[in-house]
Amino acid sequence: MYRETILKRFEPRLDNILYILHDLQDNNPQHYLSKEDIAKCADYLNIPYSYVHGVITFYSMYSLKPRGRYIIRLCDSPPCHLMGSESLLDYLKKKLKVDIGETTADGVFTLELTSCLGICGVAPALMINEEMVGNLTPEKVDAILEERRQTL
Amino acid sequence: MNIVRNHILISIDAGTLIAGARSVEDALVKEIAKQGLNKEVSVLETGSIGITGRGVILVVYPEGIYYAGVTPKDVPELVEEHLLKGRPLTRLILVEAPKRTIITKGKTGLLKEQPRIVLKNCGFINPENIDEYIAAGGYEGIAKALQTMTPEDVVNEIKSSGLLGRGGAGFPTGLKWDFAIKTPGDEKFVICNADEGEPGTFKDRLILEGDPHKLIEGMLIAGYAIKGTRGFVYIRGEYGLSIERIEKAILDARSYGLLGKNILESNFSFDISVMKGAGAYICGEETALIESLEGKRGHPRNKPPFPINAGLWGKPTLVNNVETLANTPEIIRNGAAWYRGYGIDKCSGTKVYTILGHVATPGLVETEMGTPLKDIIFEYGGGIKDGKSFKGALIGGAAGAFIGPDMLDVKMDFINLREYAAALGSGAILVMNEDTDIVDMLKSVLHFFKHESCGHCVPCRIGTARLVEIIDNIAASKGNKEDIEQLLEITKVMKDSSFCPLGQSVTLPVSSALKYFKDEFLSRIAS
Repeated sequence: MYRETILKRFEPRLDNILYILHDLQDNNPQHYLSKEDIAKCADYLNIPYSYVHGVITFYSMYSLKPRGRYIIRLCDSPPCHLMGSESLLDYLKKKLKVDIGETTADGVFTLELTSCLGICGVAPALMINEEMVGNLTPEKVDAILEERRQTL
Repeated sequence: MNIVRNHILISIDAGTLIAGARSVEDALVKEIAKQGLNKEVSVLETGSIGITGRGVILVVYPEGIYYAGVTPKDVPELVEEHLLKGRPLTRLILVEAPKRTIITKGKTGLLKEQPRIVLKNCGFINPENIDEYIAAGGYEGIAKALQTMTPEDVVNEIKSSGLLGRGGAGFPTGLKWDFAIKTPGDEKFVICNADEGEPGTFKDRLILEGDPHKLIEGMLIAGYAIKGTRGFVYIRGEYGLSIERIEKAILDARSYGLLGKNILESNFSFDISVMKGAGAYICGEETALIESLEGKRGHPRNKPPFPINAGLWGKPTLVNNVETLANTPEIIRNGAAWYRGYGIDKCSGTKVYTILGHVATPGLVETEMGTPLKDIIFEYGGGIKDGKSFKGALIGGAAGAFIGPDMLDVKMDFINLREYAAALGSGAILVMNEDTDIVDMLKSVLHFFKHESCGHCVPCRIGTARLVEIIDNIAASKGNKEDIEQLLEITKVMKDSSFCPLGQSVTLPVSSALKYFKDEFLSRIAS
């Protein structure tokens, strides 16, 4: 039912599609766009399922795969790279035992890369769900992960 | 009315929020109340003060003392020392502050040193309070335009100001507006391009977070000038705080009658809506942005027709960058001649930069067009961190150019930078010290392009993938001499045949890296 509530907040116009998809994804407990999400959106806007699928795959903030409770998006653009993001990526992979785009076995964390977050003054940086974190070190990464696990 | 003897401005932007600005603010308010100072000292929120990477930043007025790296634990001492005893807390004072943070208030002698036109109010007013913007002279530009100027007058004023588009191309803004006003159409749109995705660039974010009403006023002026009917701000989805602030600013402006029907009792009606992107660098390209705004995959369109003739929903559409639009209220308010007093001949005004990487004080700075690069890096950026020496810089983000030490004297403006002029728009200056591995940096740049290529045209889709293979090989010391020729060859083909500026611009970082640091590539091969 929550999907109908979301859809009704928008006029059924094509130019609302990005907002609709953002909201559907944010309200999906697994932070992704399921087949049902896509079908409902397509019906509401009166467009083919494949069209919605096409839009989703174009934009990097949307996912077609179920994701963890927390999505870690590490910036790997040149400014963060210069300040050592690559070694942090290795650290995160090892620590979480996942590769890029994968979710931890317990379903808590998904590791992704992102292009520049625009907080390069505190590079290297990452976003965890809606929150940005900068001046990263392995110790700080540990603290962030630990803190999130505490909230479960 | 209370006489407030001290105002404390606390910078609330994405960077300081990371450092815990909210908890410092809470602690300050509590401590001030505890000391019974709440009638004498007020705590105010403002946007970025222009310093990043230094934790939570406070400014205490009237002394104008800057504190950096403040934590909640420091607050009791700070309140006791500075506010009760009147002695600034030296251990937290930000010594580099004065050069960076001169905020123009009228024509003081400091005006020459760091003119702030675009960032005039950033770090000075509360961005969530429309009254503060108005008190700082805000909306005077649009009021002047509506009451004393015709749309043609406004276009001419912008034309004669010499303002060049700050998005990257450096196209004369007045000329663009002139095309727009001359294009017939009962519906015309103004789009503000706030899809700031160029790595290392966040000037637009700080403008949006620090002074959102300035952008609204700029869009109103553009709308009036081209006889537009509606405006759209397209912001990247990652910029949560920017979206929040601009949305609030739009609501406030609407409630003051500054947006909507018959603005300031004139015949001009105009409204603005916000569109949130979803993560695609290519949407910074104006036609891709328009596609995205229409609810499609963000593929660039063929040009011509240009957006000015057939843009959003096929209607005439003016697309301007945030910084460009943020210049216009001051131009209208003070006149084109005043504006031409800044910068150089043929490239007037100021430019906002973000200085990053291995510098002592990374952050935001606004200087006149024509300022030498070395002044920006060494005076405003505080030079190279940890006493190391300067090796080079990547200016303009990924689609920018690598430069070596012999380019330090170059004057930063669209005329002097010539072939690198496209790199100026983004304003990103990523400084690299002697230890930097240029091959590795170019690798990062090329991986970025591979990821962001939209896949629409073959040269860019295949080209970026091939470039990544080659650079990975070179970086792993498995490359050969032909690989270097291949890099240049592929980017040349991409420049000539890619559909849009994304593929065309890859040649800039590749050729410049090889121009200034070829030895480094060769030695990687030899080993």
